[in-house]
Amino acid sequence: MSSPIDRDQLQNLVAQGAQLLEVLPADEYREDHLPGARSIPLSQIDRESAAALDANRAVIVYCWDMA
Amino acid sequence: MAPRAAARLETLGFGQVHEYRGGKLDWMAAGLPTEGENSLHARAGDAARKDVPICSLTDRLGDVRDRVKAAGWDAALAVDGEGVVLGLLRSKELAKDPDLRIEQAMRPGPSTFRPYVSLHEMAHFMEEHDLESSPVTTSDGKLVGLLYRADAVRLGMPPK
Repeated sequence: MSSPIDRDQLQNLVAQGAQLLEVLPADEYREDHLPGARSIPLSQIDRESAAALDANRAVIVYCWDMA
Repeated sequence: MAPRAAARLETLGFGQVHEYRGGKLDWMAAGLPTEGENSLHARAGDAARKDVPICSLTDRLGDVRDRVKAAGWDAALAVDGEGVVLGLLRSKELAKDPDLRIEQAMRPGPSTFRPYVSLHEMAHFMEEHDLESSPVTTSDGKLVGLLYRADAVRLGMPPK
């Protein structure tokens, strides 16, 4: 089961090689995203799009806020 | 949205999935860098003056005023030990009785702005509300700097 993390934990995990994934619509990603983040909007997450990620490394998903 | 995305990734075989609960809002409110089209435009946190004088609630106003003037400033911010903004002192507050403590002289709980707000937006807001300066803080209230309207207008509004 996925675990909630805060900003400090995110930075530590990214330093250890975690992948960042923004799941907001693509236009919001184009405007601003966390450094190094990939974009896969929630509605487009499927086996094909997720193949761009490494399943053997941690993935951190985020959107705009806690919603 | 992030919990659903995390759940979907787990169904696709991802074993180490985390949700950054604060999201992009938390990141940007902390003044951390982003990538993307908007990152090319100046924001409040970029133009806020980071060397604004600070003081504590128990400092004597006269001492703070001397220090502020010697440093060439006309404003100071009262902060706690963590850097959280508690009050603002502009010229009017700095001119009060020098024997007052800062907590008696300051303008408490000033309006603050997040570092990610565009300078264009800040310039319009500060002109509309006749604000000569505004503190910029992170979402947890920690001081980033003091943004002057003149800087916001100069950097955030195209010349006419």
